[in-house]
Amino acid sequence: MSSQTTTRRKVANALFGLLAFLAIFASLVTLVALLIDVVARGGSSVDLQFFTSAPSRIPAKAGILPALVGTLWVTTLVAIMTFPIGVAAAIYLEEYAGRGRWSRLLRINISNLAGVPSIVYGIFGLALFVRLLGLGRTVFAAALTLSLLILPVVIISSMEAIRAVPPSQREAAYALGATRWQMVRRALLPAAAPGILTGIVLAVGRAVGETAPLILIGAVTFVTFVPVNPFEDKYTVLPIQIFNWAGRPQAAFQEISAAAILVLLVLMFLLNLVAVILRARLSRTIQW
Amino acid sequence: MNEREPVTKPSVSQIGASAPSGATEATSASSKNPALLLENVSCWYGGFRAVREVSLAIPRNKVTALIGPSGCGKSTLLRSINRMNDLVPGFRMEGEIAFEGTSVHARATDVIDLRRRVGMVFQKPNPFPKSIFENVAFGLRLLGETTGIDALVEESLRAAALWDEVKDKLDQPGLSLSGGQQQRLCIARAIAIRPEVILMDEPCSALDPKSTLQIEELMRKLIRDYTIVIVTHNMQQAARASDYTVFLTMGDDRAGYVVEQGETGKIFTAPQQQLTADYVSGRFG
Repeated sequence: MSSQTTTRRKVANALFGLLAFLAIFASLVTLVALLIDVVARGGSSVDLQFFTSAPSRIPAKAGILPALVGTLWVTTLVAIMTFPIGVAAAIYLEEYAGRGRWSRLLRINISNLAGVPSIVYGIFGLALFVRLLGLGRTVFAAALTLSLLILPVVIISSMEAIRAVPPSQREAAYALGATRWQMVRRALLPAAAPGILTGIVLAVGRAVGETAPLILIGAVTFVTFVPVNPFEDKYTVLPIQIFNWAGRPQAAFQEISAAAILVLLVLMFLLNLVAVILRARLSRTIQW
Repeated sequence: MNEREPVTKPSVSQIGASAPSGATEATSASSKNPALLLENVSCWYGGFRAVREVSLAIPRNKVTALIGPSGCGKSTLLRSINRMNDLVPGFRMEGEIAFEGTSVHARATDVIDLRRRVGMVFQKPNPFPKSIFENVAFGLRLLGETTGIDALVEESLRAAALWDEVKDKLDQPGLSLSGGQQQRLCIARAIAIRPEVILMDEPCSALDPKSTLQIEELMRKLIRDYTIVIVTHNMQQAARASDYTVFLTMGDDRAGYVVEQGETGKIFTAPQQQLTADYVSGRFG
């Protein structure tokens, strides 16, 4: 081997490292710029009053309480609804459905659903939940719509996590006389849990930030009370509150809009933090 | 994965204890009452026939080794005994495998019950990502046992010659053990539910020589209580650890068939077939 090719290989190696660094640099710079901008504009508006007040025509008195509670309501309901349905669907497709034409069709359709624009889910939610089922413009209707929106993502990521469990684990359980359900319950799910959890948290994070479908199904932009009954009450969520404030001409509203963005980002951060901690705890013993 | 009802040609569910026609006289002494009896077993993966008309008697409380070149259907044959091949799409078996006189593929045979009575140890150690204790207790928990688990776990770990090494760290992950220890953990896991037969699919191929010898010693001890069938690539292992040896090879159509079977000593020192002689002396395979 000549020293020339050795040099070329070393250059190529260094070049790829640089490219990879630039890629992460570009994404990080954008994020940091956004954070700095948001903190600079809205940081001073985040105080206790901001959390305990409802929106107001006077920017200094306005707060995010109804939107924050609305977001927490919707997020919680979405997580509760998508977790069992999404995981069960993934188990069905991976372990029960086989590899026939029917199951291939199902898989392709689920992948397609994951790519459908969220506004389409809004139109669907409006027609089905709000109007046909008569749920009205309630927290529950919003949670159902967002659940449909993220369900394909939950299913696909859970399927990936289940598929990542080595076949030898299934064989080990079957060879000990496990039924299929026992294999799933005692071998597959514990091993796939960290991956499933990560997928669900990422998907729920998307639901937290989703705006377009909720505008369609009637999240209200000016809510001065806290939603208590998810089946009855009108509601708003943080992204819609941000959208509303950001659209106003006054500089003071721009500031509290930035403040609300900050709160939303912190909320997302907390959600991901919980996921990381749970994942670390679950996967402590898993290392193939 | 499909766990379909496998197709079996003969609807014989009770098979007499007579030795199959293919068995040589060498095995007849202990095949009066074999634990397992295979008669004209053929296996297909889709259109490919992997095993052709194998007839064997597996004697009770002995180690029977299946040897032969790669791809000769040893593992397929072994995995047909506890019907692990049911999990392979496109797998099909003809012929008869009788376990304690009952066809393993009969409609009335419960595959869950069969696998509890015919345990298996795999090529690559595959402990669950759980503690050492929970690995051994896994099968017991499947059975719904709630009492006496501690004692059974200890007993199984002792039987698998692992107790002294792990007794102080039963709550540590099974995957933290060395490869040889993991394989003995898998053996402990298999014997915790007190099977009658243990199938071993090249259990030492991923292990170092020292761990391999430990497993072989263990097998010699376990045959007091269990019947062992082992698939191995390692002829020295078959010679050292088994009582009976079955030599398989591939035909021109790549389907595995039995060339010769008999007492291990005879197969290795006085084989009747030229193919066997060539294989055990290392001239091919």
